[in-house]
Amino acid sequence: MAEYASPNPSGNEAPGAQGQTAQQGEPALRLTGISKAFGAVQALRNVDFEVYSGEVVGLVGDNGAGKSTLIKAISGVNIPDSGQIFVGGKHATITKPADATNLGIETVYQDLALCDNLDVVANLFLGREERNVLIPVIARPLDEIDMERRASAVLKQLDVKIPSIRVPVAALSGGQRQSIAVAKTILRNAQVVLLDEPTAALGVAQTRQVLQMIRRLRDSGLAVVVISHNLADVFEVVDRVVVLRLGQRVATFDVRNTTPEQVVSAITGAEFGEIMKSDGAANGNASQENAK
Amino acid sequence: MTSQSSTESAPVAPTPAAAPPGPFEVLRKRLFQGDLGQLPVVLTLILIAIFFEITSKGIFFAPQNLSNLILQIATIGFLGLAAVLVLLIAEIDLSLAAVASLCGAVLVVLSATKGASPAVAIISAIVVGAVVGLVNGFFIAVLRVPSFIVTLAALIGYTGVLIHLLPNASIRLIDPFLSGIAANYLTFPWDVLLPVPLIALYVLMQLWTRIRRQRAGLSQAPLWEVGARAGAVVVVSVLALIVFESYRGIPFSTLILVTALLVFWLIMRFTAFGRHVYAVGGNAEAARRAGIGVVGIRVAVFTLASTLAAVGGVLAASRAISASAQINPTLLLDAIAAAVIGGVSLFGGRGSVWAVVLGSLIIGSLENGLDLLNQGTDVKLMVEGVVLLIAVTVDAITRRRNATGLR
Repeated sequence: MAEYASPNPSGNEAPGAQGQTAQQGEPALRLTGISKAFGAVQALRNVDFEVYSGEVVGLVGDNGAGKSTLIKAISGVNIPDSGQIFVGGKHATITKPADATNLGIETVYQDLALCDNLDVVANLFLGREERNVLIPVIARPLDEIDMERRASAVLKQLDVKIPSIRVPVAALSGGQRQSIAVAKTILRNAQVVLLDEPTAALGVAQTRQVLQMIRRLRDSGLAVVVISHNLADVFEVVDRVVVLRLGQRVATFDVRNTTPEQVVSAITGAEFGEIMKSDGAANGNASQENAK
Repeated sequence: MTSQSSTESAPVAPTPAAAPPGPFEVLRKRLFQGDLGQLPVVLTLILIAIFFEITSKGIFFAPQNLSNLILQIATIGFLGLAAVLVLLIAEIDLSLAAVASLCGAVLVVLSATKGASPAVAIISAIVVGAVVGLVNGFFIAVLRVPSFIVTLAALIGYTGVLIHLLPNASIRLIDPFLSGIAANYLTFPWDVLLPVPLIALYVLMQLWTRIRRQRAGLSQAPLWEVGARAGAVVVVSVLALIVFESYRGIPFSTLILVTALLVFWLIMRFTAFGRHVYAVGGNAEAARRAGIGVVGIRVAVFTLASTLAAVGGVLAASRAISASAQINPTLLLDAIAAAVIGGVSLFGGRGSVWAVVLGSLIIGSLENGLDLLNQGTDVKLMVEGVVLLIAVTVDAITRRRNATGLR
């Protein structure tokens, strides 16, 4: 463990190297030296990660590369064995999902976690309903009108089109449901939004809607992390691609001067077989950055 | 970036506010889609009533019989309401009838043999119900034992307790107040005056909501729809009043049931708790991730259900003027059937408190009509079994169609 416990030598992932995307100052979210083992399996090895406000980062990698483990470490589902998390430059401790939520980090999982039987407004405000005060403490009915007003405002902001926000979400398409799940995070004042395979189950038109919405999130100044298997989607919407392989961060690309083939080879390790022999994340990063 | 900018400028014009559909258009659309709401249930009720009116040679619609029918369904109504709550979180409670009988027995034993005052007897019976529900809820929600088994065990166990409490099979209820709950009526003019302020309040609430929505710049339900809804409430109230007034008035037990229905309608429809109950029934994992205390909601629902069953048991004991060690064999079935017939889904999260009214009217009419035709328990059980099966089948088919058709 000792060889992974120390943070990466800084400089390999210097923000300045990324060009002119909105990467001045502190990242909205920064992780350093994250390691996590499940029994004998080392799921993450000394991984650094950072995402800036107003930026979309694609987190890619093959199955078992550690993408989910990293996301779970950020969202508080799993606690990493070592490493540090900084939110807005401040050191943060995330040991449970509520910690992440309180820090403004929201995760949209693939299953979306919507109640099909409830309407759009009810889903958007689930667990944090707005209430009137009819009689203090005793009678505090739901403030449906204000919730509906705010719901339509946030859906307008994301440019989500829905026949009526009073229909049960069971009646909506996959893309619309994805949009509702994302709108939910906006209503919680998220600063960092993690999207797990947002386009996996969607058709062509719905995928475009969702990608459009991701751009809108970026434009409104949020830090967005997209986990995806679909490189076409990744290239269409992200600013930077971070590649994980076998629990290590092996490469970082700026999409503007990268080809999908380069990313694929980083994911599979095809051209960089020697990286693995060195058994250290720093070397891998360095060589990949040079290749760029 | 160039390919991006072309997609970014894709036209996303706001949908123009289409002209709201008129009443006939909505009706036609719903008929076409097979989304008829409660209409088939209402038609079934009318058919059943006409059938028994003819076969009983005019006794069914006699004022005294109708009033009797309403009295009969007070207990079914309370247990049905309990069943609705439990079904909404996609669980089941098989112990409702046993709990009702047990609490009825507690009431009668305390009043008749221990000499407790009516208030003490009633409160004790209801507290026993609440504790029973709390215990059920603990095993189901905290220990995650399937509700089917927990409440089956409760059903068997409390049947034993009931027999233990009433070694002589039954005890008569002597207290005049307690036996008067079911036997007394709210008479003219109070029974006519009572609904007036309530209906006025309802209409005012609707109008106030319209004004507030208008101020907030939100879409409005068409005026005819609001009018139709208010009109339906008035028509149903007037019809019910005519029935009650043609005999003696509104039975007290009916008044208690309607009050409970109103209170639970308000809770389920307008409070965060009610919203969370529906959420737990719709997707418990989503509810948990949204920060809802799913365990607490489940415990609360089972506690409320058993408490309502206890009230039903008190009304049953008052009506029978006794407590019996024999649990009514059809009561549990009646309660669950009333909920499901009224449109509450066995799969959780779908249905309204008002389902109980239609459901228990259908169940009550069947029992009452078969009694009028001098049919025994054998026929009643067979008919009710078939009716419950039909209702559950319709629920399962509707669910499947919604799951596949709507996406």
